[in-house]
Amino acid sequence: MPSRTLFDKIWDAHLVRPETEEAPAILYVDLHLVHEVTSPQAFTVLRERGLRVRRPDRTVATMDHSTPTLPRVNGRFPFAHGDAEAQVDTLARNCGDYGIELHALGSEKQGIVHVIGPELGLTKAGMTVVCGDSHTSTHGAFGALAFGIGTSEVAHVLATQCLLQRKPKAMLISIDGALPAGVSAKDVILAVIARLGVGGGAGHVIEYAGSTVRGMSIEERMTVCNMSIEAGARAGMIGSAEWGTDPGARFDKEAALDVSRLAPMITWGTDPGTAIPVDARVPDDAPEKPLQYMGVKRGAPLLGTKIDVVFVGSCTNGRLSDLRAAASVLRGRRIAEGVRTLIVPGSQQVKHAAEQEGLDRVFREAGAEWREPGCSMCIAMNGDSLTPGQAAVSTSNRNFEGRQGRGGRTFLASPLTAAAAALKGAIADPREVLR
Amino acid sequence: MKRIVGKAVVVPRPNIDTDQIIPARFLRTTVRKGLGAALFADRPELLQGQAGTILVAGENFGCGSSREHAPWALLDAGFRAVISPSIADIFRSNAVKNGLVPVQIAATFAPGTEIAIDLESCTVECEGRSYAFTLDPFARHCLIHEIDELGYLLAAEEEIAAFEAKR
Ligand code: SF4
Repeated sequence: MPSRTLFDKIWDAHLVRPETEEAPAILYVDLHLVHEVTSPQAFTVLRERGLRVRRPDRTVATMDHSTPTLPRVNGRFPFAHGDAEAQVDTLARNCGDYGIELHALGSEKQGIVHVIGPELGLTKAGMTVVCGDSHTSTHGAFGALAFGIGTSEVAHVLATQCLLQRKPKAMLISIDGALPAGVSAKDVILAVIARLGVGGGAGHVIEYAGSTVRGMSIEERMTVCNMSIEAGARAGMIGSAEWGTDPGARFDKEAALDVSRLAPMITWGTDPGTAIPVDARVPDDAPEKPLQYMGVKRGAPLLGTKIDVVFVGSCTNGRLSDLRAAASVLRGRRIAEGVRTLIVPGSQQVKHAAEQEGLDRVFREAGAEWREPGCSMCIAMNGDSLTPGQAAVSTSNRNFEGRQGRGGRTFLASPLTAAAAALKGAIADPREVLR
Repeated sequence: MKRIVGKAVVVPRPNIDTDQIIPARFLRTTVRKGLGAALFADRPELLQGQAGTILVAGENFGCGSSREHAPWALLDAGFRAVISPSIADIFRSNAVKNGLVPVQIAATFAPGTEIAIDLESCTVECEGRSYAFTLDPFARHCLIHEIDELGYLLAAEEEIAAFEAKR
């Protein structure tokens, strides 16, 4: 057999029917993750057509996007919107009707779908994993082929456990060098996206390799794979000794990045491709629209830019190591007057583990809010949101206009950089706090 | 559906992401219908009072989330096709499944001009000029014959069962 990439191997092993010129492949799905926002209309399709869920045993659901992150009041979850509660109830009913395992709001295993999948041991090397959510690429950290699908495809997988797919192309990104102090996996992926551009990975599955990646923990790898979609890629993945790319295997595109002198990165604009070193100046050739929206100036430093909110959480940076990183900056210090800091663990298990270590106390004593798990201000569907004009340093993955609330301005950064900003009340360099 | 004729609505910005197409607060719905009102809800200035059925946008249209609510909203608002130099992968797939035609060509059109999109010949015609575009043959077949992909997959049941049996 000729040399194959990890992607080739997983693809080949899941072909129910290979693709032809006329028709895409039929690809088998090992694990289907479901959440409340992109599934209701898919279950409606099943009902309308009288179909069952083909493999409830390969389907796992949770509630995360529109759920409140405040504790119960008199036994009730404080939903900010009635329609969100209705959506969550719809998922519970659908899971009950079709025999799907559900980690519902209030359960010990509830959390952001891409945090709980790995946590429950569901994601494994060599698998195909899909979910009606573009950050499904997170699971590629385990050597899985994991990608986001639309709601019609959610119905396809529920009914047939398969998808119609054209094989994407393969891209290799080699990342080498030891990360300097204060620089994390989030900075690496922000630098990768800045290099590729937001459309640079379109049509490709990215495999991350190189000494830096080999040295990363699984949580760091998840952060890297998570944001592959922000470069337009279909998926991101990282191989291992057992599940890896053969020597000499061909990629359609390759790029290399030396991170030995990388600085903490932060975005200045309204797409995730606009990251620059935190101590750099906004590019002189920056287009007018995002400058205006973000309230930043060409050629001006970002350091010192006033902020109103800090958000630490999401499927990008809401795991235990991320909370530890934020806590390392906040420990024994006070958040600047007037800055609202939301710390939202990615799952109930992350929350409990953090509390075991006393991280919740560190955050509270610094003046931050310690919340219940969920997507929260990453997508601002649940009532946690910026108000127009507010600026936030966020550890999430998207800085699109209005992503964190109408008129809100998002600067994407690592947990270290976000925590440093909370202390200063302005964009700050975490290396100075840590020094 | 072999041919679409309509007026161009021009939004010449690159990277129009799914959060701009339909903000997340409108995703708390459990049905597909009625999302046209949410289209560009926070960016009304993008459409600038234009009316038409063919959206002409800058590159990397539909980047961002996998929300199928984006094509649902466009369709509900009366759009039949999107023309852009490049359209994000998941958006394109979602569009085809709902009968919204994704056309990837780099060309500029004036707002309000009449555009015809011919799916058989894969050409866009406008003011006497013609532009060829490529569309996956299967996507084209499904659009022209209004084929439902779920039905296609369900018809593969025996192969799927055989695949499961041999693993
Ligand atoms: S945390 Fe954000 S990016 Fe991740 S699944 Fe939730 S909404 Fe999507």
